[in-house]
Amino acid sequence: MVLVKPVPDPAAAAERLGPDGRLDRAASPAVVNANDEYALEAALKLVAEHGGDVTLLSMAAGSAPETMRKALAMGADRGVHVMDPALAGSDTLSTARVLAAALRDIQADLILAGADTSDGGGGVVAPGVAALLGVPYLSYASKIEPDPVAGTVRVRRISPTGYDLLEAPMPALIGCTQALGEPRYPSLKGIMAARSKEIATRTLADLGLADGSVGGSAATTRVVDSRKPPARAATRVVRGTPDEAAAEVVAFLAERRII
Amino acid sequence: MPVVTLPLGGRILSGATIGPGPGATMPGVSPATPTEPPLVAGGYRLSEEQVLLRDAVRTLATERIAPRAADIDRTGEFPWDVKELLASHDILALPFPAEYGGLGSDLLTVCLAIEEISRVCATSGLILAVQELGALPILLGGSVEQQARWFPGLASGKRLIAFALTEAEAGSDVGAARTRAVRDGDDYVIDGSKRFISHGSVADLVVVFAVTDPKARKSRRLSAFVVESSSPGFSVERIEHKMGMRGSPTAELAFAGLRVSATNRLGEEGDGFGLALRTLDRSRPGIAAQAVGIAQGALDVATRYARERTQFGSPIGDLQMVGAMLADMAAGTEAARQLLYKACTEIEAGAPDASRWAAMCKLVAGDTAMRVTTDAVQVLGGYGYIDEYPVERMMRDAKLTQLYEGTQQIQRLVIARSLVGRDH
Repeated sequence: MVLVKPVPDPAAAAERLGPDGRLDRAASPAVVNANDEYALEAALKLVAEHGGDVTLLSMAAGSAPETMRKALAMGADRGVHVMDPALAGSDTLSTARVLAAALRDIQADLILAGADTSDGGGGVVAPGVAALLGVPYLSYASKIEPDPVAGTVRVRRISPTGYDLLEAPMPALIGCTQALGEPRYPSLKGIMAARSKEIATRTLADLGLADGSVGGSAATTRVVDSRKPPARAATRVVRGTPDEAAAEVVAFLAERRII
Repeated sequence: MPVVTLPLGGRILSGATIGPGPGATMPGVSPATPTEPPLVAGGYRLSEEQVLLRDAVRTLATERIAPRAADIDRTGEFPWDVKELLASHDILALPFPAEYGGLGSDLLTVCLAIEEISRVCATSGLILAVQELGALPILLGGSVEQQARWFPGLASGKRLIAFALTEAEAGSDVGAARTRAVRDGDDYVIDGSKRFISHGSVADLVVVFAVTDPKARKSRRLSAFVVESSSPGFSVERIEHKMGMRGSPTAELAFAGLRVSATNRLGEEGDGFGLALRTLDRSRPGIAAQAVGIAQGALDVATRYARERTQFGSPIGDLQMVGAMLADMAAGTEAARQLLYKACTEIEAGAPDASRWAAMCKLVAGDTAMRVTTDAVQVLGGYGYIDEYPVERMMRDAKLTQLYEGTQQIQRLVIARSLVGRDH
């Protein structure tokens, strides 16, 4: 199971805030959140090694299936799309409740999610889902090693000094990082196959949540104000081998008599 | 819906939308690239599937192939890594029937892929174009057994195929070929040589056109054979040192007593000449696609440069003389692209004048690529002439699109003969 979120395409640089201070999602083409692609890549590798299949889960607006197709083209087997007008204005707690409710219907050994998303950046939905489901949450994974016989999973969690080795019983939810490896490009056959893969739609009524407990009306947080960060002066990116880059930085600073 | 019939046989369906309708999204179109080709082609739109495949190839080309282009040109070595990339993402499978592991794509879809790859690296675009060129005689003239024998390996990209028609003394005059194939029991024995054979030194299979009946009229002298390059008697005499398209090996091949089974002959004896011409009707659009891609790539670089390069206190793109050049380059590239897309559609639909469509799109696209790349070098000035920027490479690569698969003069000959009604 992989949690995927459509986010504004960073390459389009068309992100815009609406009058309510929230992201205007219609203003920008959507792509799969980058960290979720790393999670999906990890899931596809696990399935290739251990068998099984990969289901995508997304709570998003009506255009989400278009974005989910890109993830299906990478090799996921099917998608579940939770969509309901009442979900507009949901906060992270609502999102976690909805995803947890959707996951109760789905049997999964592992639930993988990106460490955070490039739009909201809260990084709290995945641990929230784990807490609501009562399953272990293993964060900042750089390596995932399930043991199907023992019914456990080992995860290397990135730490400031290296990594911690965590072990938990399955099912478990894992927060995935880019250290898991570059996501694959979809093959043309994958793209063609994705067009006929199933994306099931679930409403709040389907999930037994049509009681006002989630969505904008139940939000526990609200956007008071949002502003763009002040523009910065032009930046210069130094690339090259460490030695070359260091020499270039030193020359740059010396030229300006900073060192 | 009323249908308007045009003098040339085209049709305009009234009410058809040209260009995206209001509120339509244009996948893959990013505001950062205003020279983006639109989804419109000759009064129709690319299908959703074509857009998806094109965008996928574009992403792969931009992120994985573009960074390799300068190195491929400098070393002049065949990019096996790019070939693997194209194979593993099913791009080489595009022209092959689905039952043999291909994607069964139409000609336009194949050309969209060639265009997108050539936009960043013409040598890499040629890998798909030559795979298609070599496979076409088998597709057009091969039996079901022959297709089942060779297509799976070619569609998967595990094997490469080349097309060997040209000889040192038989270029545009195809019928003057001297390479002989003499029947010997169940085999043929081939002797002779071929020149300017793209991928001739890296291909596993080569379609060789050889004379089986020297006494027959020109159009019945040749037969086509699928030859394994590992066969005894097959040798690569040399690899040409070329001005452009440098990563694509152009080989001279020699055949000395090369024995090939009669089951490797495509069609009947004497079918070779017709098969070669029908192959070129479908392969020339691939070269046109390569040319359009090269032109678009050069236009992209020149546009970006004109926006960023400041002289006299403003970007040079604001200077009218430079702006006018960019405008002509953009309009020319788009015109070549639209003719290509239209030609693909006509050829795919079985138009009787397929030869003319193929020749016209290759003629216009090749000349456009040469002009646009030359102007791109001009826009970049001194920077355009050095290898710090890719436009000098694109200019060298563009030249070949005016030469191979029939020179521009041959394209004009084909078009003229089609117009005045004189067949070969």
